[in-house]
Amino acid sequence: MPTRTGAQIIWECLVHEGVQTVFGYPGGAILPTYDAMLDYPVRHVLVRHEQGATHMADGYARAGGSVGVAMATSGPGATNMVTGIATAMMDSSPVVCITGQVPSKLIGYDAFQETDITGITVPITKHNYLVTRVEDIMPAMKEAFHLAKSGRPGPVLVDITKDAQQGSLDWQWDPTPVKMRGYRPSPPATRADLAKAMALVRGSRRPIILAGQGVIQSGAMKELVAFAERIDSPIAMTLLGLGGVPASHRLNLGMMGMHGEAWVNHAIQEADLLMAFGMRFDDRVTGNTKTYAPHAKKLHVDIDPSEINKNVPSDVAIVGDLRGTLKDLLDTLEPADHAPWVAYIDSMKGDAAVRDIQKLPDSGHLYAAHVINDIWRITGGKAVVVTDVGQHQMWEAQYYHHETPRSLITSGGLGTMGFALPAAIGAKVARPDAEVWAIVGDGGFQMTQAELTTAAQEGVKVNIAIINNGYLGMVRQWQEFFYERRYAATPLRSPDFVKIAEAHGLEGFRVATRSQVADIVQRARCAEGTVLIDFSVEQEDSVYPMVPAGAALDAMIRRPEPSVLAETGADPI
Amino acid sequence: MHHTLIALVEDKPGVLNRVASLFRRRNFNIESLTVGRTAEPGISRMTIVIDSDQASAERVTAYLYKLVNVLQVEDLGSVPAVARDLALVKVTAAGHDRAALLRVVDETRAHIVDTGEQTMTLEITGEPPHVDAVIARLDPLGIVEMVRTGQVAMRRGDTALSAAQYS
Repeated sequence: MPTRTGAQIIWECLVHEGVQTVFGYPGGAILPTYDAMLDYPVRHVLVRHEQGATHMADGYARAGGSVGVAMATSGPGATNMVTGIATAMMDSSPVVCITGQVPSKLIGYDAFQETDITGITVPITKHNYLVTRVEDIMPAMKEAFHLAKSGRPGPVLVDITKDAQQGSLDWQWDPTPVKMRGYRPSPPATRADLAKAMALVRGSRRPIILAGQGVIQSGAMKELVAFAERIDSPIAMTLLGLGGVPASHRLNLGMMGMHGEAWVNHAIQEADLLMAFGMRFDDRVTGNTKTYAPHAKKLHVDIDPSEINKNVPSDVAIVGDLRGTLKDLLDTLEPADHAPWVAYIDSMKGDAAVRDIQKLPDSGHLYAAHVINDIWRITGGKAVVVTDVGQHQMWEAQYYHHETPRSLITSGGLGTMGFALPAAIGAKVARPDAEVWAIVGDGGFQMTQAELTTAAQEGVKVNIAIINNGYLGMVRQWQEFFYERRYAATPLRSPDFVKIAEAHGLEGFRVATRSQVADIVQRARCAEGTVLIDFSVEQEDSVYPMVPAGAALDAMIRRPEPSVLAETGADPI
Repeated sequence: MHHTLIALVEDKPGVLNRVASLFRRRNFNIESLTVGRTAEPGISRMTIVIDSDQASAERVTAYLYKLVNVLQVEDLGSVPAVARDLALVKVTAAGHDRAALLRVVDETRAHIVDTGEQTMTLEITGEPPHVDAVIARLDPLGIVEMVRTGQVAMRRGDTALSAAQYS
């Protein structure tokens, strides 16, 4: 057996796991590993902040469907990863983080750049490892990848001491599959559960499928559509589920929840059966759980047993892989016809289309919805869109119609501002042939703006659409609705984003009228490098409909009539 | 309502922290937690007592199973079980207190495990309510120091909790 250092073993393991790209930032305690990196065929993307590395790994994982890897040194390098790890945890994204740690003899002595990153990340990782011996590196790395991608995916952190990286060993790759005695990734559905589920489905007159990210992660897109068509059931989508069912499918109602369309939420409240597939009844989806879907039986299918009965009690629950479960159900499921129910939901749309901002005549003002809808139209709905958090994120979900899985990447559970730009870079690295758009607010862009430099250095082309309203828009909206328009700390001054792009040798544009949108979007698409577009949009526009936090799902603030839409017309400060 | 959960866990560094962190993070209050070895090498046994309703006990059981080092979890709330708690209580034993103290020792199953010039140390073992009751009787006599192990418990009958299926 050849002799390998711990540092070499780390790269050997990464190569054996199929890793082609690592997003990272070097430092003292991880130096031996960076030194060994030069001898291995793995691309390293040098980030500007370790949070960026974790978001890139996350975006890489979500766009490409394989494990994303981030690397950092001990102490501040590791703690800077915390936000990205928590983001990946909340959205079940398969990410492996590798951090250097001070030499094992110094652990516990407050050595330079020592921090207890395994202790810190216990609640925000699926699992983590502190490796202090070279012989423990391979088992930890193998288990980390197995855990990250199997069952309900999630982030795993491997903290490796400097002496373990420097130690050496007669070593060879152990190709045997990982066996962990306390880990059961996906138990199969039992026949009794399936029979009970079938009985619920057969007895329903007003069914709705609630489709979450589990549809995409399980690869159950085809099976889900077949299931919905077989029983003629409408489908409501969670934010992270968007793309799991084509937006244009006749049974796809669109997004539900806090900013879901009114008819979707009304339909859920009137349904007699909710079939929750790979979703977890997040509070943004349910509103007040006490008044949630009061007439509906609940069938819950999820791979994570701890999600069953957590937020909403289920009548029948199946723990297992969604795709396998749907296949089992499809084996014996009889066709059904729910035309009256589908027609009824359609009739609930009422004047929603009239109220839709898309129907507004071009008054010279630029609305975020216009920008996003135009991007959708011009990209043919085929781009991978990575959004940040806030108003633009909800408008994107409403006005960019996703037809394919992994075409919307967004921080749903944690709501991490600053996610979009680094995650878009990761998505583009994972799928170099895809057209990638980062749609981001002026606030969120400034949180991780430094990663623009990463995109420039790496020659990664992402198109950046800054929805610039001069406010921390979603917080401003809450202040407008619930705090008497007392705009505490939400007016936001931004630098000249075009100049920032130009300072990187990148193209930048500013757009303030609707007539310019299409032309500039098209120019961005055709440009070779990253292009930044600063869209100066209506300042005090709000996202409608809105279910106030904790209110019943059908207690929505509706879109105002077009005639009363406020148009402040002011330039962003 | 009290729930007594048994968790068989891998004996690895940081496992206690993972379990304790889970209860804190999910907003469950631990009444007592004991850890010790089992007959199986590499397997530790935790007895965790929490104050929660049935649904919450089921939730926390599911969360425990998500910990990679947790092999088996049993809620003893729904099955016949024996439970024991042990207390060492140092009580003032000067003057007339001594006779009262000896009467308590006589009438309960407490053992005198140490005597000093001013105090006596008792060992009380039994079901937690029994230990509570003896302590309540000792309290007026002047408890100067006390320690309780927290509850350990085991299902009655021939059914055994074992991690053997996970080896």
